[in-house]
Amino acid sequence: MFRRESSIPLRGSAASLCNNLSVLPLPARNLTHFGVVRGASAQLLSAAPEGVPLAQRQLFAKQGAGVSPAFITQVHWCTLPFRVLVVLTSFKGIQMYEADGSVMVYWHALNSGEASPAPAMFARGIAASGQFICVGTWSGRVLVFDIPVKGPNIVLCEELTGHQAPITDIATEPTQAQDCVADMVTADDSGLLCIWRSGPEFKLLTSIPGFGVPCPSVRLWQGIVAAGYGNGKVHLYEASTGSLQVQISAHARAISALDLAPEVGKLLSAAEDTFVHLWKLSRNTESGGIEVEHCHGECVPDTQVCGARFCDPAGSSFAVTGYDLAEILRFRSV
Amino acid sequence: MSVRTLPLLFLNLGGEMLYILDQRLRAQNIPADKARKVLNDIISTMFNRKFMEELFKPQEMYSKKALRTVYDRLAHASIMRLNQASMDKLYDLMTMAFKYQVLLCPRPKDMLLVTFNHLDAIKDFIQDSPTILNQVDETFRLLTEVYGSLPAGEFQVIRQTLLLFFQDLHIRVSIFLKDKVQNSNGRFVLPVSGPVPWGTDVPGLIRMFNNKGQEVRTAQFKHGGDYVTASREGSFELYGDRVLKLGTNMYSVNRPVETHMSGASKNLASRTEENVAPNPLAKEELNLLARLMGGMEIQKGSGPEPGFRLNLFTTDEEEEQAALTRPEEFSYEVINIQATQDQQRNQELTRIMGEFAITDQPQGSTSKGDDLLTMMDEL
Repeated sequence: MFRRESSIPLRGSAASLCNNLSVLPLPARNLTHFGVVRGASAQLLSAAPEGVPLAQRQLFAKQGAGVSPAFITQVHWCTLPFRVLVVLTSFKGIQMYEADGSVMVYWHALNSGEASPAPAMFARGIAASGQFICVGTWSGRVLVFDIPVKGPNIVLCEELTGHQAPITDIATEPTQAQDCVADMVTADDSGLLCIWRSGPEFKLLTSIPGFGVPCPSVRLWQGIVAAGYGNGKVHLYEASTGSLQVQISAHARAISALDLAPEVGKLLSAAEDTFVHLWKLSRNTESGGIEVEHCHGECVPDTQVCGARFCDPAGSSFAVTGYDLAEILRFRSV
Repeated sequence: MSVRTLPLLFLNLGGEMLYILDQRLRAQNIPADKARKVLNDIISTMFNRKFMEELFKPQEMYSKKALRTVYDRLAHASIMRLNQASMDKLYDLMTMAFKYQVLLCPRPKDMLLVTFNHLDAIKDFIQDSPTILNQVDETFRLLTEVYGSLPAGEFQVIRQTLLLFFQDLHIRVSIFLKDKVQNSNGRFVLPVSGPVPWGTDVPGLIRMFNNKGQEVRTAQFKHGGDYVTASREGSFELYGDRVLKLGTNMYSVNRPVETHMSGASKNLASRTEENVAPNPLAKEELNLLARLMGGMEIQKGSGPEPGFRLNLFTTDEEEEQAALTRPEEFSYEVINIQATQDQQRNQELTRIMGEFAITDQPQGSTSKGDDLLTMMDEL
């Protein structure tokens, strides 16, 4: 069902982080942008459909205060209504660049606020929601940045509280027409999920309690929250009520990434067990309940997968990164 | 990254070092009493109380250079000598072994079990020395205190920090190649069979619930692996069955330990990234290193026990050959600590030195401070 395509070579190997691949398809320009974190640097590259790398750029974590080296936790393209920004989160702060990575337009240094015995400060979890970019932090707070149509006048406008443990991932979905529809989910190291409605002020709608296992990756699609956990399970929840609808024993090791193809409701799960699985989400026409079907499984031999993304919204192709692997593996459906 | 990584790194690498030294001491037919003295001296230095207290303070990871320096000193804490080539090989084996263990850890928390496996084995080496046994038990207590109730997410960050440290290291180790644990390209084999981690279910089941939380239907899917349920959880107590085999001694007298440098795919670009580390860190590291090494007293060879040289290779010629043919990009840089004129630092080092008179070996020179700094110069 899926065939391996030619890999895209990377300048350096991928670090063992969760959600360690960002993909920005640009069909109008017949290009795809990829972003992978290596450690103290992240690599941005663009490739042609056949996988030939065209341009590449390295971004470095800004050193900030203190002498300890800055390491990057995540790199992610944020698509806003009028612009695209690349966001880098690290152990020092948050960096935002223009889409090609050429110019840094904003730097936010993390501070420890009140003296806490927190082991390490870091930012992690990046998502765009309308004109806002939301970024998670080690304290559980989610920072909301207001992004202007152009230029560097980015403002931290809100700090969302709801989590006590370090944020792992944030997922958003373009708002539906009605009010009261959840369009953002945040996840943390305790497994707690918070479901929000975006707006000039973000509103917490529901919380789904954790069970002591981290939730490294989360996705949102048409009122369905898909969450991947450190025990290899994927849970599907009803966003409006927070009730658990489906529990999949999907992987034998911790899940490292989830992604969704919104046009067809396909879910991609990747884990440190070397496997990548594809699932089809749907709603039962009678009951409206969430259903899932396994579509495909792929083994990436001897590789702890650390990033996985669909390369197009219809889910006909996906890309994968692995710890210590200096290439992006690509798969296309046949 | 995580500021709680150094103790785990140090103890596990130290454990691997002891396994290898023990194997080589027996393979080279070093008299039992000398071999025992070497291991006792090294273990005693490793688990020195002040040393451990410094180590367990929340702090950033050392650079590769700094860590290598610590092990150089540790390996020479007794009457044993190692040539550069043997020390290089020892360090290669130690790092690849621990990289393997971290990579294959079923849950991030299991790294603690790996550490306990090393400590259990270390206690076997020093059964007849109650003082040193006490030091190791004290370290057990410290480990439990610091890591015992750490949440899973923090263990995950610690694991990620360790894997960052070992990133791009693909040295081929013949014992790993023979056991089919490592591929010929230097990458470790990740099995897709065997027990799942404690707390994880065997993949393959899909459960569906209604709005009342009742399970209404199940379905199966083909996962692709061949997993079984975990039998039981390893023990985190002072004594107990760890269940996990990672971190136990895989060497025996008849299994030679060789590494292959040629064809190992260490990415040159990875070294560039390390060298980007800013200078201020080096100074901070040196201060820490000086404090830690205050407890490591080198034997001048003027004591009652004559020293001997340990060879990590099968013959002296092999060792010479290895030194000549070691590719440039694999040479370990050891920190060259220059003696400074810094009055305060000298006093601090002298004070630490004074507190740590472990053995009653005669001091070679006039003042203790000079002695320590001279030792560091020789690195």
